[in-house]
Amino acid sequence: MTLLPKKKTPPWYLLIPVLLISIGVLLPLFYLLIRAFGASGETLNEVVLRTRNLRLLVNTLLLTGGVLVMDTFLALPLAYLSTRCSVAARKLITLLGVIPLAMPGYVMAYAFMGLGGYNGTFYQWFGLTLPRPSGFWGSLLVLSICTFPYLYLNLRTALLGMDPSIEEASRSLGHDAKSTFFKVILPQLKPAFLAGFLLVSLHVFGDFGTVSLMRFETFSYALYLQYVAAYDRIYAAWLALMLLALTTAALILEYRLLRKAIFYRLGRGASRERKYLDLGRWKVPAYSFIGTYSLVAIILPLSSIGFWLNEVSLADLSGGLLSSFRNSVVASAPAALLTTVMAIPIAYIGVRFKGKFTNILERVAYLGYATPPLAFALAFVFFSLYVSPFLYQTLLLLVIAYSLHFLAEGIGPIRSSLYQAPPQLEDAAKSLGYSSFKSFVKVTLPLLKGGIIASASLVFLSAMKELSITFLLSPIGFNTLALDVWSYTGEAMFAEAAPFAFTILIFSTLFVGLLFTREWNKT
Amino acid sequence: MNQLLTVKNLTKAFDDTGPVVDSLTFSVKENEIFALLGPSGCGKTTCLRLIAGFERADEGEVTVGQDRLLESPDRHVAPQDRGIGFVFQDYALFPHLSVIENVAFGLTDIPKYKRHVFAEEVLCRTGMGDYKDRNPSELSGGQQQRVALARAIAPKPKLVLLDEPFSNLDAVLRDTTRKEVRSILKKAGMSALLVTHDQEEALSFADRIAVMNDGQIEQIGTPEEVYYQPRTKFVAQFLGRTNLFHVDASGKDEVTTELGRMRLNCNASGRVLCSIRPEHLTLEKANGAEVDAGVGTIVSREFKGHDITYHVVLNGEKYLVHTDNRLLFDPEEKVIIKPLESAVVLQEDI
Repeated sequence: MTLLPKKKTPPWYLLIPVLLISIGVLLPLFYLLIRAFGASGETLNEVVLRTRNLRLLVNTLLLTGGVLVMDTFLALPLAYLSTRCSVAARKLITLLGVIPLAMPGYVMAYAFMGLGGYNGTFYQWFGLTLPRPSGFWGSLLVLSICTFPYLYLNLRTALLGMDPSIEEASRSLGHDAKSTFFKVILPQLKPAFLAGFLLVSLHVFGDFGTVSLMRFETFSYALYLQYVAAYDRIYAAWLALMLLALTTAALILEYRLLRKAIFYRLGRGASRERKYLDLGRWKVPAYSFIGTYSLVAIILPLSSIGFWLNEVSLADLSGGLLSSFRNSVVASAPAALLTTVMAIPIAYIGVRFKGKFTNILERVAYLGYATPPLAFALAFVFFSLYVSPFLYQTLLLLVIAYSLHFLAEGIGPIRSSLYQAPPQLEDAAKSLGYSSFKSFVKVTLPLLKGGIIASASLVFLSAMKELSITFLLSPIGFNTLALDVWSYTGEAMFAEAAPFAFTILIFSTLFVGLLFTREWNKT
Repeated sequence: MNQLLTVKNLTKAFDDTGPVVDSLTFSVKENEIFALLGPSGCGKTTCLRLIAGFERADEGEVTVGQDRLLESPDRHVAPQDRGIGFVFQDYALFPHLSVIENVAFGLTDIPKYKRHVFAEEVLCRTGMGDYKDRNPSELSGGQQQRVALARAIAPKPKLVLLDEPFSNLDAVLRDTTRKEVRSILKKAGMSALLVTHDQEEALSFADRIAVMNDGQIEQIGTPEEVYYQPRTKFVAQFLGRTNLFHVDASGKDEVTTELGRMRLNCNASGRVLCSIRPEHLTLEKANGAEVDAGVGTIVSREFKGHDITYHVVLNGEKYLVHTDNRLLFDPEEKVIIKPLESAVVLQEDI
């Protein structure tokens, strides 16, 4: 069965909402520009040409570069071990590579900060005072652990997708395992590296929680300082623009490099099972690597949270915890609903009406996701102050910002379930006398149920742990779980932060679990 | 001619469902093209992978030349050290390298600056010289096939293993490619071991054929031998359409059957199973004066251009007869079947 892409324009009842959503994403960014260029020429010169900007750029790039290097050294060996070598508990190793995703940056930063210092976990357990991680090295440690799963997953998928006979061909042409790795496997991993690097870079550019707790001045952290401490809105706008420029540069660079590096798989598919490489004398180094990684990236942060959780009496906090939890849900649940409602027409147009125009509309939805959240939130601040001051610092604006930011996350599952509902089904309904709108509601929509639930859950869980947007847009006095972890940690009140961090951990684990049961079922 | 590859008692099992390759013994001579022919799942590809060193053998030996032991239960030469070329079913070209880089990949023994010159020379021999700077993804299946062959023969291995190399090509291309590959291999003076499930391919491509079934070799011989003198029922049926029937022999090489008196290819006694190819039978109009043969009835006719296949029923048994296209009979017509050659006595299932 071949499904020819239809060269039709989408009906108005799909096109209008999609256009509105695109405007919703673009308009705030437009106001960011207005605000930035609204200043007088003199101020502009002064703001844009500050030497501080250069330092921020260097810091941001240094941190990103450092994280990319660390991630490569973590992800590549782990991916190779879990896909090519004969190891015990292969699934467990794969799981280990994914677990850090369950800890948002600020929670991971909290856990590591709680380990060190004169009253830290390590002191109280072993009488050992570790330096409390901070600055560049602290940010590097936390962000490397938090982001490496993105690279790991990309590399793993690429390694699994490679035709096994290509490696055998290299062997039969006289190359040993090492030479095959460097000459055949590594070059073919280039697209996976690029994709992974892009995700990691976007994450580091957008990270606010970690760098603010570690007090390392990147664009995000400086933006926060400007906005909160200095109230310099123009400079804040310019910092947001610079952050956006950096993001755009990364996207363009990746697109350029990737275009040259896409390799089409030539064979018809892996016909036989892969042979695993015997580790031999590498057994001890390999398992020590996995052990050290698990200790640092998983066991240490979790025990830190556990320790602090034990230190606090829940009675003192239950009121605060409950209200923050309620606030998180009150903001996240409507956002999940709204995102899903917006995602359906976008996914539908993207799948059923493939074309240049619809492609652009879809890209706009992803723009909201790629924009660093702090810059995205700032744009909403300006937008609401200019256009609708009554919306400023309301729950509604927060919900809208969440929805537009997480839209891309919501489109994914609906898109893939749309591919399971072939257009012929709707045609069949039409041939039985239903209008095209009714055919969609009666036939396709029920088939999208699984995707819709998944999409709403993903967005809900993402919003529960969102920090930067919440920070800038939440109504005054509106504390959420994420805000509480962040502010208690900022004041080194580790015990007080623990219950909030633990609650977020539960929700993030659900998020990652949901994501991977879907992935697992697909393959 | 000297033996190049000797395989002795080669055995391999993947799990406890029994061996996939069950004590195979055969040898390939220098400059010989040898085919392992059998249905899918008969273990022929596993045998090839054992020889290449991609799998480890449970039992048996693989030797190259006079005494270079490659594989035995306690010896395993790594694939990269065997000096054996391999052409994969899906070609397995490196997608990140150009055509010429693919071919030069195995030329690690010659200085770097000479590799491309040499690779180009090999490419030209396979008729792909003009495509040297292309990406493998820009080539058709047949072109990829030639590049894969060039890549495998460039390091000048004494032996090339080919795993169903023509199965991904369409019928027209398959024929011509087969001929070209054969002549390239012969010119290069290389031996080749081909694995295929296509009997026509094995018959036209190989100097000798080993017919495999269920992990074991049932017969080794030249294409003519295995086709006209099959040793077992499986070989007789796998290599083409045939007529199977039981006869009662009396120690001589002649028997009386439903088709009349018929010669056998050897002396036999007792009840034996015989095979005779449809083209070794012919038809005559029954004129009512037959002495020793039964009269059959034409049931149906398949006209195939250059010849015709008749389905004839005689005493409840169905026979296939190939005749040339000048002999025309109609369904329901009464005929007698005349054997042109002797029937082959088959060994009962081994």
